[in-house]
Formats: sequence, C-alpha cells, structure tokens
Amino acid sequence: MRIDNEMKLEFLSKSQNESFARSVVAAFVAQLDPTIEELAEVKTAVSEAVTNAIIHGYGCGTGNVMIVSRIIDKTVEIEIRDFGAGIADIELARQPLYTSKPELERSGMGFTVMETFMDKVEIESHPGNGTIIRMTKTMKTA
Amino acid sequence: MNIGFEYVDRLLIVRIDGDIDHHSCEEIRSKIDKEITLKNPKSILFDMEQVGFMDSSGIGVLIGRYKLISNNGGKAGMTNVKPQIMRLCEICGLQKIIQIYPNKKKAIASIKEC
Repeated sequence: MRIDNEMKLEFLSKSQNESFARSVVAAFVAQLDPTIEELAEVKTAVSEAVTNAIIHGYGCGTGNVMIVSRIIDKTVEIEIRDFGAGIADIELARQPLYTSKPELERSGMGFTVMETFMDKVEIESHPGNGTIIRMTKTMKTA
Repeated sequence: MNIGFEYVDRLLIVRIDGDIDHHSCEEIRSKIDKEITLKNPKSILFDMEQVGFMDSSGIGVLIGRYKLISNNGGKAGMTNVKPQIMRLCEICGLQKIIQIYPNKKKAIASIKEC
C-alpha cells in the first residue's frame, strides 16, 4: 500500500481544540481537491469523534487526543485516538439516539453522523485504555 | 460567540454568529435560556445565516430549546440554513420537530399565524 501523504496531530482534550482539530484535518484533506460538501462531511465527522474523545473518553479529566491522517490515492484515512475510559458496549454506543450522558442534552447521533458522512467507520476500544476511531472516505472528484 | 436577539411581537429571533459545536454550545444554551427566562417569548426562530459549521452537539442544543418553548405551547423554527447543515438536520430528523423555512419573512409569517 502506497501512502502518498501522512500527518500527526496531538492536543489536550480541551473543547476549544475541537475547531482547531477539524480545521487541521480539513486543510490536510484539501489537497485531494474535495467538493465543499465532501470537506464539510469530513470536518463534521472529525468534530464528532474528537467531541466523543473529550466528553466520553476523558469526562471531567484531561488527557491527549491524537489524530493520524493518511492520503492514499483518492482516499483519506483518519484515526482519532484517546487514552481514556474506553467504550464498554460498542454496539450500544453506535445506536442512533443512544447517549450515556442524557443530562448534557447530547443528541446521541455522533456515530450515526460519522457513519453517514464517511465511507467506513471502525471502532476499537479497550475499557480503561481508550478508543480508536478509524474512518475512511474516498473523494469522488479528486 | 456573538448571539443577537430581536423580537416580532412575542416571537424571539435568535441570530447565532459562529460555529456550533460542543465547545460553543454551553454558551449558546445559557445565553438563550437567560433570554427566555427574562422575556418569556411564545415562540423561537433560529436565524442560521452566520453559522458555517454545526455538528450533532448543535442538534442537542436546538432540541433542548425547542422543548422549553413547546412546553409552553410555542413553536420553534429555523431559517437561512446552509446546505451542509441542512444535511445534518435531515440525518438527525430535526426538521420533523423544528420547521425549516427558506427565509426569515416566511418563517415569521408562518410561526406568528399559530
């Protein structure tokens, strides 16, 4: 597999870094010459995954969130990793409208949005050791 | 985050200026709720013209405000929604509970009729 380009980004799990993270990934993906719609879809999916890492991975604590993104031909791969709580029941977490924090007015649509906007979403989680979300999307216009 | 409020009779029009994500939603929520508590509007219209990005955190905030207003018999609407945000609203089924209007004039006329 030939990797055409790669970047890594690591930042503290502070909510003010959400817009920073999605903007960096969008700038990296821009080299594939995506449509405005494709770029908005990638930004939204990244925002959902980073928000999950901050709210559910670390909760009231703070840790690091790592993003690794690769471009292979017309496809972007994005890995978003936290080292926090992990997800005990991945299938439950993926259900539309499910939220483990209803008191926070969460919509419970984060994974559904990621799955709709990206071509493929994989979740690897180890309770107590964190979660990795791997997403890929092939740009149709590149 | 700049949030502007204006009224047409008892319809509160909320003009949000900036991205709506998990970081900004707490400020948006508290400013709108303070306005609702102070002025007791009947209905609410979100003017999204200056919102370039929204994720599902925003859906939670909008539904939360809809609940507040609808509990008192009012209606909630949105207008000037950009296409990429419209897709998110469709995925989440938001338009089934918060009507989306093509422009502010139509929104005001429709919400005020009720």
